[in-house]
Amino acid sequence: MVKITIDGIEIEVAAGTTILDAARQINPETAPPAMCFHSKLEGSGGKCRTCLVKVTKTSPSNPRPMPKLAPSCRTFVEDGMEVENNRSEEVLEARKGVVELLLINHPLDCPICDQAGECDLQNLAFEHGAETTDYQEERRRFPAKAIGDLIQLQMNRCILCFRCVYVADQLTDGRHHGVLGRGDSSEIGTYIEAAIDNDFSGNMIDVCPVGALTDRTFRFKSRVWFSKPMAAHRTCEKCCGNAVLWLKGNEILRVSGRRNDVGEVTEFICNTCRFDTKSLHLWEVEGPARISRDSVISQNHTPS
Amino acid sequence: MKPLTNRSKTVSNKTMTLMERLYLPAIVKGMAITLRHFFKKKVTIRYPEETRPFSPIYRGLHVLKRDDTGAERCTACGLCAIACPAEAITMDAAERKPGEERLYREEKYASTYEINMLRCIFCGLCEEACPKEAIFLTDRILPSGTTRKSFIWGKDRLVETESNRIDISKRHFYYKDEK
Repeated sequence: MVKITIDGIEIEVAAGTTILDAARQINPETAPPAMCFHSKLEGSGGKCRTCLVKVTKTSPSNPRPMPKLAPSCRTFVEDGMEVENNRSEEVLEARKGVVELLLINHPLDCPICDQAGECDLQNLAFEHGAETTDYQEERRRFPAKAIGDLIQLQMNRCILCFRCVYVADQLTDGRHHGVLGRGDSSEIGTYIEAAIDNDFSGNMIDVCPVGALTDRTFRFKSRVWFSKPMAAHRTCEKCCGNAVLWLKGNEILRVSGRRNDVGEVTEFICNTCRFDTKSLHLWEVEGPARISRDSVISQNHTPS
Repeated sequence: MKPLTNRSKTVSNKTMTLMERLYLPAIVKGMAITLRHFFKKKVTIRYPEETRPFSPIYRGLHVLKRDDTGAERCTACGLCAIACPAEAITMDAAERKPGEERLYREEKYASTYEINMLRCIFCGLCEEACPKEAIFLTDRILPSGTTRKSFIWGKDRLVETESNRIDISKRHFYYKDEK
């Protein structure tokens, strides 16, 4: 066990924990935001730079601060480390810059986007973003590409977090899509036009922090805040069967995975549960799913 | 008994005085008041021939605007419905098909859009919430009706026609000025 101080709060964590994890153990709400890191996906993180923190003291034997802001999802704790997160002006300023960079190519089409209301980038920009930008160039645009009947790809909205690539690698047998091209022209695609259809491909929708990958069967059906999220389970041979049903009356508009306090999907569900069992009698409803009080979805919703 | 509040009044049942019992003086007094009002300025106007001047930000009947090319501005984002304190607005979204670009401005549009005018309190929060400058409250007055159904306004009555544009420029200007 090692002792680490984040924003003046001391906590003891196991050696080999990242700063982000330690901060989340103190309080998930004050922990640094993360767009690309996903605790259930091995190797994720280190790409988006939203989780930057200031390490003011590396350890008692090495009391110098780290020369630059460190990505907390990839920096491991050391005994006696001191970290500044929300207290440091420098960190907040850097976060503002990162949000601006993420939004450079992200279209402001939230009124159309199905992810609006549960979008990580929307929340991040709301909490940490500046109101204006100096950027004046055109946003990059991609022609619409079909990747099957179940998943809708909107490449314009992608922030290249690589989460969906890790899902395909670690959950499904055989990955058919990836990031093509380099630099400004990198994009998610299947290269040779192919439909992504294997049993766990639907989880790409859940891990996508923005509206780049959305549920095609839910496309434009309803805004997320008009449906009620209910925790439910069913017996499934392929997956855990624990899911969240988004109800409008007695109709299931869509099914998604369960999320933890920081909005990460904890239990991945199969495509049968997600797309093919949209009938209430096939599910055991447990009760209202937990939704953050700050979320717009919590309007008219009583969390358990 | 001690009264519960200091606002209660004791009812008296005293007999009337002679002047009160005479009845005529009271009639004359009342007629004098009536007569005085003949020569006063009228407080009413002859609506609808005459109308009172409206404030530029008067919150009357809603309109769903089209843009300069005549395409509907509303994208059914649902922000007006979530902002509405009376829950008067409901809508359904649909995807724009190829060839409908002239009708709808964006990829998504409202296939149905209904305002229950009996629930609406004309607070203007829908107008404030709209990110597309699609819905505005105007200086028109909601017509009366005899059935409940006639108060549920759909797109057929809310969307302005291309031949009869509703002028909201004053109100628009007011908002822009404020920013």
